[in-house]
Amino acid sequence: MSKQNQEIEDFVGGQYKHGFVTDIQSDTIPPGLDESVVRLISKKKKEPQFMLDWRLQAYAHWQTMPTPAWAHVHYPPIDFQEISYFSAPKSADDAPRSLDEVDPKLLETYEKLGIPLHERARLAGVAVDAVFDSVSVATTFKAKLAEAGVIFCPFSEAVQEHPALLEQYLGSVVPYADNFYACLNSAVFSDGSFVFIPKGVRCPMELSTYFRINEAKTGQFERTLIIAEEGSHVSYLEGCTAPMRDENQLHAAVVELIALDDAQIKYATVQNWYPGDAEGRGGIFNFVTKRGDCRGNNSRISWTQVETGSAITWKYPSCILRGDNSIGEFYSVAVTNNFQQADTGTKMIHIGKNTRSTIISKGISAGRASTAYRGLVKVLPGATGARNFTQCDSLLMGDRCAAHTFPYMEVKEPDAQIEHEATTSKIGEDELFYCRQRGIEEEDAVNMIVNGFCKEVFKELPMEFAVEAQNLLAVSLEGAVG
Amino acid sequence: MRKNNILLDINKLSVSIGDKPILRDLSLQVAAGEVHAIMGPNGSGKSTLAQVLAGRAGYEVSGEVRYLGEDILDFSPEERAWRGLFLAFQYPVEIPGVNNVYLLKAALNAQRKYRGEAPLDAFEFLTVIKEKMKLMRIDESFLNRSVNAGFSGGEKKRNEILQMVVLEPRLAVLDETDSGLDIDALKVVASGVNTMRDPERAIVLITHYQRLLDYIKPDKVHVLADGRIARSGGPELALELEEKGYDWLRDEAASA
Ligand SMILES: Nc1ncnc2c1ncn2[C@@H]1O[C@H](COP(=O)(O)OP(=O)(O)OP(=O)(O)O)[C@@H](O)[C@H]1O
Ligand SMILES: [Mg+2]
Repeated sequence: MSKQNQEIEDFVGGQYKHGFVTDIQSDTIPPGLDESVVRLISKKKKEPQFMLDWRLQAYAHWQTMPTPAWAHVHYPPIDFQEISYFSAPKSADDAPRSLDEVDPKLLETYEKLGIPLHERARLAGVAVDAVFDSVSVATTFKAKLAEAGVIFCPFSEAVQEHPALLEQYLGSVVPYADNFYACLNSAVFSDGSFVFIPKGVRCPMELSTYFRINEAKTGQFERTLIIAEEGSHVSYLEGCTAPMRDENQLHAAVVELIALDDAQIKYATVQNWYPGDAEGRGGIFNFVTKRGDCRGNNSRISWTQVETGSAITWKYPSCILRGDNSIGEFYSVAVTNNFQQADTGTKMIHIGKNTRSTIISKGISAGRASTAYRGLVKVLPGATGARNFTQCDSLLMGDRCAAHTFPYMEVKEPDAQIEHEATTSKIGEDELFYCRQRGIEEEDAVNMIVNGFCKEVFKELPMEFAVEAQNLLAVSLEGAVG
Repeated sequence: MRKNNILLDINKLSVSIGDKPILRDLSLQVAAGEVHAIMGPNGSGKSTLAQVLAGRAGYEVSGEVRYLGEDILDFSPEERAWRGLFLAFQYPVEIPGVNNVYLLKAALNAQRKYRGEAPLDAFEFLTVIKEKMKLMRIDESFLNRSVNAGFSGGEKKRNEILQMVVLEPRLAVLDETDSGLDIDALKVVASGVNTMRDPERAIVLITHYQRLLDYIKPDKVHVLADGRIARSGGPELALELEEKGYDWLRDEAASA
C-alpha cells in the first residue's frame, strides 16, 4: 500500500473525525486507490450499506481483471495509483462570481461553440460547481418536473432519497463485472445523474447535463441511470467539456438506460473533452460504457452521439432489445484530428421477437488521427423477425489519417434481415475547389461538406444541440485542411 | 479607349503539371462586353486554362493573368470569385448532404460581404433564386436537393448556369456547358447566357460545337492547340472548323 493510501486509511480509521473535516475543506483526496479509498468515497457520500457493499464487490473484482488491450487504440499504460478518485467541488467562495471574473479565452471558446450565455456561465463555474452540473438544472425546473412526477437529480441525492429504486436498477444493465473500466467506475464513481419517469408520463422538457472535468490529475467517474416506466417518454442531453491540461486524464463513465413496455428514451451526447494539443500531448482518455435495455415490449432507445473531443475515445453505446417489437437506434458522428484516436460503435443485441435496429455511423478523420467503427449485431435464438440496417461512412481529410470499419454479425435466426453499407471517401480537392470557386472560404467549405456528410445524424439532435454540434465540428477541424 | 476595357489580359501564360507542359506562352485578351469562344481538340488544355484562371492548385504556372487590372495569379480561388470570376465546370461535383440553396446562398453572401453589401436573408434569397429558376426552367423540387447529387448530366450543367445567373459574375468561363444537353436544354442554357450579356461583363465559352454558337453569337473565336492560341477569328472560324476539323490547323502549324 502506498504511503498516501496509508494516510487515507488512517483518516478513515482512527483519526477519522479530524481527517474527514480536513478532507471536506480540501478539494481532492491524494492520488491512489485501494479498498480504503472506496470506503472513504462511500462514507463521504453517506451511502447506505448496499451501496458500499456493491462498490467493494466491484473493487474486489476489478483487482482480478487484466487491463484491456484494444487493437485500434494506442496509449501508454495508465497508472491507477497516480489518479485521485475523489474531488469535491470547490466551495462557492472560490468560484468566480460573474462572467467578468472568468478567463476570457474560455468564454471565447464557449461563444465559438454557440453555447447560450446562461450555459456559458454555468460551464465556467460561475456560482455553481462545475464538476457536475445537473444540480442547477434540476433545481431550476424542479417544481415543474415534480408536478409531472419526474425525478431528475444528482446521483448522490438519489442514493439518499430513492435508495429502493437504486437497489432495484443499479447495475441491472451494466453489471459491475461487465468490463474493466465499468468495474472501476462501479467501485469509485463520484456522482452522476439519476432520472426516473413514472408510468405514462411524457417528460415535459428536455433534460440536460453538462459534465466538466476541472481538477488536474483527477479521474472522472460518473454514472447515469435513467428509468422510463411503462409508456413514458424522455429525451436526455449530455454535454461534456474539459479545460486544457498537459497530462492525460481518465474519464470512465457508465450510463444505464431502462425502458419498460412502450417507453421511449432518446439519449444524446455532445462530447468535447479536451483532445490534447496538436503534438498529441494531454487530453482525456474517454472510456465509457453506455448501454440501454429495452426491457419492455414496444420500447425504444435511441443513442445519438457527436464525439469530437478526447485524446482517446472508446465507447459503444448499445441496446439490448429484450422486449418484443422493441427498437434500438444508434446515430454517431465521431471526429478525430491531430493525434486523436476513436474506437466507437455500437452493439445491438436482438432477443425479443420482431425487434429492429438502425445504425448510422459517420467517422471523420483528419491530421494523423484514426477512427474505427466497431459494431456488433447479434440475433439470438428466438429473436424471429429481427431486422437491422447499418450504414458506416468514413470521411478522410488529408492522407495521414485512417479509418477502419469492423462490423461483426452473429445471427442465430435464419429469417433475420441484416443490411450493411459502408463507404469511405476523401474530402476531395474537387469538392473544396468547387465551393471556393463560388466564393466560399476554405474553412467554411470544409464545414459545409462535413456537415453535409453528418446530416443524417445531426437531424436526430434537438435544434440547439444540432447547432452546437455543427460549431463543434468546425472548431475541431480548424486548420485540418490546407 | 479599348485598352481600358480589357477585363481579362493573359500574357505568356505557361502551365505544366509535373514535367508535362500543357499551356505554353498563351496570350489572350478579353474586353468587357465581349463573348469569346475557345475551341480545340480534346486534351489541348482548354479545361486547364479555365481551372488555372479560377485558381486551382497543383499546376506550375508562369506568366501573367491580369483581371480587372490586378495580377490574380497569387489570389486564392475565393478571392478571384469575390471579384466576380465565375467558372462553370465541365464536370460539376456532387456534394452529398449539402443543400443546393444553402451552397448558393453562402456563395452569394460571401461575395456580397466582399463588396460590403448586407447579406440576404433566407426570404430575400428565395425570392431571387425562384425568379432565376423560372428563367432556367428548373423545377422547385431542386431547392431541397443536395448539390448535384443524383442529377443527370444535363441537370448538372443547367445548375451551373443557374449559379451563374444568381451570382452575376463580371467574367464567366463556361467549360463545355453545352456538352450533353438536349436541344431544349441547350436553348435554355443559351438564353441564360444571353441574359448575362452586358457591356460590363465578359463571357468565355469553351465548346466543341458550332451549334452553341448559333444561339450565342461570339465576338471572337479562338482555337487552342499545342498549348497556345493557334488561331483567332470571328464566328466564321467556328464554321470553318466544323467543316474541316482541326487537322489543317495542325498541319499549318507544322509547316510554319
Ligand atoms: N491532373 C493532371 N495530371 C496529369 N495530366 C493532366 C492533368 N490534368 C490535365 N492533364 C492533361 O493535360 C492535358 C490537357 O487537359 P485538359 O483537360 O485541359 O484538356 P481539354 O482541352 O479541356 O480537353 P477536353 O476537350 O477533352 O475537355 C491533357 O493531356 C490531360 O491529360
Ligand atoms: Mg475540358
